[in-house]
Amino acid sequence: MHNLYTLKDLDIDDVGYVSSLIAGDDIRRRLLDMGLVEGTKVMCVLKSPSGDPVAYNIRGAVVALRNADSEKILLKYNM
Amino acid sequence: MGLTKNSTGIMSVDTGFVVTKNHETDKIIALAGNPNVGKSTVFNSLTGLKQHTGNWPGKTVTNAFGTCKHNDKDYILVDIPGTYSLMAHSKEEEVARDFICFGNADKIIVVCDATCLERNLNLVLQTVEIKNNVIVCVNLMDEAKRKKIDVNLEKLQQLLGVPVVGTDASKGKGLKELLDLVENTETKPVTVRYVKPIEDALLEITKLLKTKIKDTDLNLRWIGLKLLDCNHELISCISKYVGYDLEADYDFKKIRENLADNGYYGQKLTDTIVSCIVLTAEDICNEAVVFNNKKYTSFDRKIDRILTSRITGVPVMLLLLGVVLWITIVGANYVSDYLSLALFWLEDRLVDFFSFINAPKMLYEIIVYGVYRVLAWVVSVMLPPMAIFFPLFTLLEDLGYLPRIAFNLDKTFRKCNACGKQALTMCMGFGCNAAGVVGCRIIDSPRERLIAMITNSFVPCNGRFPTLISIITMFLVFSVTGTVQSFFGATLVTLFILFGIMMTFFTSFVLSKTMLKGEVSAFTLELPPYRKPKIGRIIFTSIIDRTLFVLGRAIVVAAPAGLVIWVLANVSVGGTSLLLYCSNFLDPFARLLGLDGVILLAFILGFPANEIVIPIIIMAYMSTGTLVGITDLSVLRDLLITNGWTWVTAISTMLFSLMHWPCSTTLMTIKKETGSIKWTVLSAIVPTLCGIVVCTLFNLLVLLIL
Repeated sequence: MHNLYTLKDLDIDDVGYVSSLIAGDDIRRRLLDMGLVEGTKVMCVLKSPSGDPVAYNIRGAVVALRNADSEKILLKYNM
Repeated sequence: MGLTKNSTGIMSVDTGFVVTKNHETDKIIALAGNPNVGKSTVFNSLTGLKQHTGNWPGKTVTNAFGTCKHNDKDYILVDIPGTYSLMAHSKEEEVARDFICFGNADKIIVVCDATCLERNLNLVLQTVEIKNNVIVCVNLMDEAKRKKIDVNLEKLQQLLGVPVVGTDASKGKGLKELLDLVENTETKPVTVRYVKPIEDALLEITKLLKTKIKDTDLNLRWIGLKLLDCNHELISCISKYVGYDLEADYDFKKIRENLADNGYYGQKLTDTIVSCIVLTAEDICNEAVVFNNKKYTSFDRKIDRILTSRITGVPVMLLLLGVVLWITIVGANYVSDYLSLALFWLEDRLVDFFSFINAPKMLYEIIVYGVYRVLAWVVSVMLPPMAIFFPLFTLLEDLGYLPRIAFNLDKTFRKCNACGKQALTMCMGFGCNAAGVVGCRIIDSPRERLIAMITNSFVPCNGRFPTLISIITMFLVFSVTGTVQSFFGATLVTLFILFGIMMTFFTSFVLSKTMLKGEVSAFTLELPPYRKPKIGRIIFTSIIDRTLFVLGRAIVVAAPAGLVIWVLANVSVGGTSLLLYCSNFLDPFARLLGLDGVILLAFILGFPANEIVIPIIIMAYMSTGTLVGITDLSVLRDLLITNGWTWVTAISTMLFSLMHWPCSTTLMTIKKETGSIKWTVLSAIVPTLCGIVVCTLFNLLVLLIL
């Protein structure tokens, strides 16, 4: 198993650590403002009725992201 | 949420952020903070104002002003829209940043959420980077305590280098201490340390700035940072503010180029700057905050799993809407009956009084049968549902349910190429469409924001759904009584609202494929923790507030309309009243829609305020008949039937009420928000066209079937 996957791959209660963002300018800034910098721990906490968007615990706040955006956040298993 | 008289109607139109002092000695305090940290509650507790509060991010979309007195000094408070950052990537962030940078605030209080301090510190650090007059207010301390989150305020103050005070604004705790700190001038704010190449460049650039800019309250280090980061728009604003053209200066360019040679430019530079701030916030938080119960959110998640799960999410949403409407209908029926009894008893007494003093018949007929009667109808039929719906809705809002609706519905909105936050602006539309339109500022993409504005009036506002309710109660569920009646009534109103929501989706989709083409933009939505609402206060303030608002508007709008209707009905030219002329003129077109001339005329006269439509219809019918007193809804029903109403007329009127031109205030707000005549006109045309088409189709269908 390779060591890189995206935020979209997380199931409820799964935890991952941000490796890097491959999102473009618009969303990138927003994600950074939410505190999604390298090494940040993220936990998947809630899925909407359709499974998209999904809510994550980011630095103590619950933030919903669309799958199209969360798949642009690369994760790693460890800090 | 547009649920107070300060945020609905004409008051919802933004006034900009020019702060004028009443006296030279007045001090201006700005309240900044992340969205949904209780900023508005702090503001209200300090000023005694009723700025609307609610549990969802993005509620305050304009700067609000208030005053307060402390130790014999006068303070002017400014509530800035909540933002996560001051890097200005949305309209609210721009408003917030510009006010902090260029506004004339003497102190800036950054309000933080004690339960989510780490993310909040990001904004604190960005603010102390700009100015030296920052105070940190850690709000929601009680909630943090309940969740066993221990915030060490002294440690925090020491690490941040600015005054820190803990508050619980909803209970008024800590606010006195907060105001005491305003006079405290000593701050030695923490400096965010960046990576070495950036620090070197900053050192050099700050040294240069010191020689070029003599006197400014902006931190030179921050100006330097912005010069490196190359934000042209902001730099030209700063240049104007400090009176030195920074952009034309070649020295800065050289330093920037040097840094770029080291690999720090564009995205990498910006990312690094943000990362350093976030990591500094993390370090501070690690030292000052202890989480004694790691599972403090588990209860919220349990509720969330019911409210947003695949199986129960949508049904619970519909059920809640239905229940809210059911309570509204049942409650309104009781109040309506008593109110109309009382008001029409009073009408008779007024007539007695005028005959007693021998007033001219013409005069008292204008006053009693014209002005007074419309007022009485507005108060007895329209006010009760408005006053009951408001507190119920505020309750859901304070609990924190509304963002969950946006969460549940986002996928549908995305399929229409729109933004899930549009669901929040629609919820606001239930209160007041004008407030809904202002609320559209929470949507970052201009394209999606326009879609939300243009379609907002498909949600029946507080002035329109009593129309739906009264028609349904009078006409469609008349044959059944009691609980069955209110149950069917609530179901029908819910169905109509759902139809309005479907039309929102449909028109959003059509707009996004035609006039407002484009890709969906990024979407981040915070789901705040559930909070216990203060039920007593909600009920009290929102009923009083709503009642006063409706009464005020009734006097301003409904009374003149009553006068107009009376004159139209009683002034005759060639034996035909003007009212008949008007309604006959409109009649052929109105018939096409399943209405009649009077109904269409009422919608036209109802342009300033939708709650006068039904009263005008009743008035117009009464003026042509011989009917004198009306004691309950069954007499009203007979009146409508005498004037040719069938269930088809009822449904057509409801459909047209759901879809016609927005009221004058809403259109003015759209003009103000978009700054464009084109979009304002389109916002009037789109719902009107939908109404005409849907009503015509409905009537054709009825013709075909029957």
